[in-house]
Amino acid sequence: MGKNKFLVSLLAVILGIITGALVMLLTGYDPIKAYEGLLKGAGFILQVPKNATLGDIIFNKRLGDTLLNTTTLILTGLAIAFAFKTGLFNIGVPGQMLMGGFFGVFVGVKLSLHFYIHTPLAVMAAILGGALWALLPGILKAKYGINEVVTAIMMNYISLWSVYYFVQNFLKGNFETESAIINPSASLRVEALTKLFHGSNINLGLFLAIAVAILVWWILDKTTFGYELKAVGYNIHASKYAGIKVNRNMILSMMISGAIAGLAGAVYYLGYTNNIKIGSLPQAGYDGIAVSLLGLNNPFGVLLSALFFGLMNAGGLYMNAATKVPNELVPIIVAIIIYFAATSLMFETWLHRIGSIFRKKEGGSK
Amino acid sequence: MNALQIIIPLAITYTVPLFLIALGGLFSERSGVINIALEGLLGVGAFASAFVIFQYENIFGPATVYVSLIAAAVAGGLCSLLHAFASISMKADQVVSGTAINILIPALTIFLARSINKGSGIIPVVGLELWDVPLLSKIPIIGSLFFHNTYITTFISILIVLISWYVLYHRPFGLRLRACGENPQAVDSVGISVVKMRYIGVFISGVLSGLGGGLLLNTLVKEFSTLIFTGMGFLALAALIFGKWKPWNVLGASAFFGLAKTVSDIAPLFPSLNRLPSIFLTTFPYVITLVALVLFSKNAVGPRAAGEPYDVGKR
Repeated sequence: MGKNKFLVSLLAVILGIITGALVMLLTGYDPIKAYEGLLKGAGFILQVPKNATLGDIIFNKRLGDTLLNTTTLILTGLAIAFAFKTGLFNIGVPGQMLMGGFFGVFVGVKLSLHFYIHTPLAVMAAILGGALWALLPGILKAKYGINEVVTAIMMNYISLWSVYYFVQNFLKGNFETESAIINPSASLRVEALTKLFHGSNINLGLFLAIAVAILVWWILDKTTFGYELKAVGYNIHASKYAGIKVNRNMILSMMISGAIAGLAGAVYYLGYTNNIKIGSLPQAGYDGIAVSLLGLNNPFGVLLSALFFGLMNAGGLYMNAATKVPNELVPIIVAIIIYFAATSLMFETWLHRIGSIFRKKEGGSK
Repeated sequence: MNALQIIIPLAITYTVPLFLIALGGLFSERSGVINIALEGLLGVGAFASAFVIFQYENIFGPATVYVSLIAAAVAGGLCSLLHAFASISMKADQVVSGTAINILIPALTIFLARSINKGSGIIPVVGLELWDVPLLSKIPIIGSLFFHNTYITTFISILIVLISWYVLYHRPFGLRLRACGENPQAVDSVGISVVKMRYIGVFISGVLSGLGGGLLLNTLVKEFSTLIFTGMGFLALAALIFGKWKPWNVLGASAFFGLAKTVSDIAPLFPSLNRLPSIFLTTFPYVITLVALVLFSKNAVGPRAAGEPYDVGKR
């Protein structure tokens, strides 16, 4: 079953790429050139430049940027996957990520401390901000039975406009639409990594993200607490009957999901960028839904699918610049992949049929 | 009085598309299919409308806007079949399928708009003309609030809600549709096809959302660009749940939201309100919706079978 699901995801990716090519053909673009640009932009070296060392080829800047994109997506994907596993659809991740990012940037701008204290403090603040922003939808769901999707959407907009106001009034930057820049001591960027990847903004966040993936797997699969959370997701009535504190668990899993989203805000605003641009919710928050779905809501699946989406996002910019194919091609392909992954029943039937043909042949030869 | 004369017509203009989209969601969810794809469906409608206006203005002349609105409804309906196929025939997770459409449509329509209108990728439209209802707009006070500077489509929408309510609650079709969302096994047992009913429910939701998107384009935004995708589909979803999946309540919820949104949008025009920190105004519609949800929607539960693929062998 697990192997089949992986095959379905792979098949969905292939179909997505083919459909993307069809869209380009119909609108008069060259799909081969576009995909070449996509790969090049994501850091695949298709032509080795003269006198480049092996290190230059492996650790190139574009690959660094792909991993940089991946970092944020791992965390937003995990935030949504965690909530999914416990029966909640946390569409509030973009708002929680933005609010977490604001907390982190606030600490990053206002304080001036040693790197070893400042960065962890800013990251903790971001986690706290995300968790707090998820608290209200959790409480409303648990105590009043109000659908978390609606409340989380409202919280997204409240986050958007609150951060807009707070930045303009407390963190004024050089531009009207940007916050002040954080002190370097709060940044997740480290010189060694930037140098290794020839100037990419890749940062410590990547290691944080991978650690959180392992932590999420451990909590959900190896602890009683995680088992209880999942049980509430599977069957709320049975859980209540078994003596699990359903309300408490619902609020907690919403807050943990929010905390991970807050951390996503930290790695984005303290690493990917070094300030907040106001006026929109971070796209990575919405992309997390796609990452989680393609990763089958499994922490390690999320790592893989985040890498895939990170590659597409990083490559898309280069493709757009090099071939004039609009950037929107990337989300089109992403959506088609999710759609095909969702209609996996179709593929599973196909796979089953193909499998049974082979089995028949084997039977015949005996 | 003067303030009301500005606020009420604007609030109505905002409410109409929001409500049509929410009503679309109602048909789908009452038939048992969760439809979070509303945002995408309204986008298809808006794009179809913009496309017709951009390409065929010289053929249809002054009737173009109305033709484009029909195209919007048709396009919305067709696109919703994608969701129907995935969630009914393929028994896909309905939230997942809806999410796919929500990602696909904004990207695809903007992509197409860029290849149609090379360069900016923005398709501007003139939009619907403002209209005074004959006779009624002459009534003192009420006339200037509700029948002056309005759109003819507002009254068509009122007709649509009347028809919807009648069909849902006073025709066998409505009973069957609602039953599909509560107890599909029972519907099946009396020989009615659950699959067919659900396809119809989702299709109607596509038609209404597409029409709503067309109206959003032609009355509020006046250009096809990323400005179409500012979350009205999600707000409609909120209005649907806030209105407890009942047509009149959903209308009330939409109007409530339209009013709150309009007040927050135009408050900076009034010096007395302008002194407030802007955060109170910009977050007002969302905070007030949260408060209203807590006060009025305690334990609002949707159609019982919504979200579950129909399984003949279950129970």
